[in-house]
Amino acid sequence: MDRSSLPDLVCPAGSLPALKAAVDNGADAVYLGYKNDTNARNFAGLNFDPKAMADGVRYAHGKGCEVLMAINTFPQPGRTADWRAAVDGAVELGVDAIILADVGLLDYARNRHPQQRLHLSVQGSATSYEAINFAHREFGVQRAVLPRVLTLAQVEHVIRNTPVEIEVFGFGSLCVMNEGRCWLSSYATGESPNTVGACSPAKYVKWDKTPAAPGRPGQMETRLNGILIDRFADDEPAGYPTLCKGRFEVQGETYYALEEPTSLNVLEILPEIIKIGVKAIKVEGRQRSPAYVTQVTRTLRAALDALANDSERFHVKPTWQAELAKVSEGNQATLGAYNRPWR
Amino acid sequence: MNQGFSIPKFQLPGFVARIGEKLPQWPHAVALTTALNAAVKLKLLPEDSLAAMEGKTFVVQVYDTGGQAAFTYRGGFFRPLFNPAGSPDLAFRANLSAFLQVATRQEDPDTLFFNRELSIEGDTELGLVVKNMLDAIDLTQLKLSLPQLPRLPINLPFSQR
Repeated sequence: MDRSSLPDLVCPAGSLPALKAAVDNGADAVYLGYKNDTNARNFAGLNFDPKAMADGVRYAHGKGCEVLMAINTFPQPGRTADWRAAVDGAVELGVDAIILADVGLLDYARNRHPQQRLHLSVQGSATSYEAINFAHREFGVQRAVLPRVLTLAQVEHVIRNTPVEIEVFGFGSLCVMNEGRCWLSSYATGESPNTVGACSPAKYVKWDKTPAAPGRPGQMETRLNGILIDRFADDEPAGYPTLCKGRFEVQGETYYALEEPTSLNVLEILPEIIKIGVKAIKVEGRQRSPAYVTQVTRTLRAALDALANDSERFHVKPTWQAELAKVSEGNQATLGAYNRPWR
Repeated sequence: MNQGFSIPKFQLPGFVARIGEKLPQWPHAVALTTALNAAVKLKLLPEDSLAAMEGKTFVVQVYDTGGQAAFTYRGGFFRPLFNPAGSPDLAFRANLSAFLQVATRQEDPDTLFFNRELSIEGDTELGLVVKNMLDAIDLTQLKLSLPQLPRLPINLPFSQR
């Protein structure tokens, strides 16, 4: 297989060092956001100020790597100008594409900057080719990022019925995957990715530890705005403090009532993903450190290159799985909805 | 960055901590705040992150060396706290190997946190500010900013082209 027929590897950058790590380890594109609520990873201290942003774009472009700007939250009442300014700023920076979710903002970008390439964010929650084709027809969207709810067969069905490039998630923490439509964070805190750019914002999170034996982590309780999310035993792996990953008492039994903390990992189905014509594979994790970006980018690059070299004899190397397992959230990695037998 | 050398996960023998706990703790705080102030001076730490740390108290505890450093950030400087009172606004606690792995960007703090090797207590948002601030330090800039060692005044003929 020709390397040019491989999907793009799209990697997260929450800081300039993370961006450089992605570029240096083989990303075809990086995605990033401003230090404000115009993007869905608006975490304290994360993201790019104007100088770091300009440096990042220069660095990536200097090494032939594309830069995608995520402006994927929904403009809040009375503050539309902030989101429009973000779009204008991204165009001025010369990013290769802007990732948008809000139809009003898509309309603005299309009319104001007709030459700018636009991608439909996963937060736009378009799961059918009809929705994607609508975004293409109305706003000239050239790529759509699919929410992580479709089986591989359904992804293929979408690809066959749209001229729009399709990007899917390849690795990263899983949530309930109801991207753009999830109310769990709002239920607990009144804030959500769509509104403030963060799920379960850190200011509502409390980790309480009970004293442990020397050298032991001890028991830990996680609360989100006072709501007990989970209680981890000594040495038990922890997860992100979101409602969807909590253990709750339901009819006398305590268990992961919504879902267990897991990571998505598509290494095993990489050949199929490429065969059905996926244009780009996205790595989740702008909130993670440069070390994570290095490890995940390097591993997926190696896997994709192995496929390009000899697709017939492709097999998933144990070292790749070990590298990815190490940075995973939760005890396990899954194929998510991709290999779900039911629809 | 970590090519050719990696820091393994290890735990120092128990006697190290037992001795370490009995030693004065202030040198740790002085050393750490000196390093942080150097980073401030080189403008490696973003202003907005520093503003969020103003007046907050921090503890960094290394379990297996028995060492801990208490400090605060006030008026543009990190300052050691010699007699910390009450619980700090934010505490990071881990074994030495975990801190070394984070410092060298070999491991992601989230990974260590998920694996319960790194403990973050107190103000979670402040913890995120600090974590992201340290992640955002561009080590290549740090290398450029450090004073260059004088070159040896030897001209090797075969290296001149």
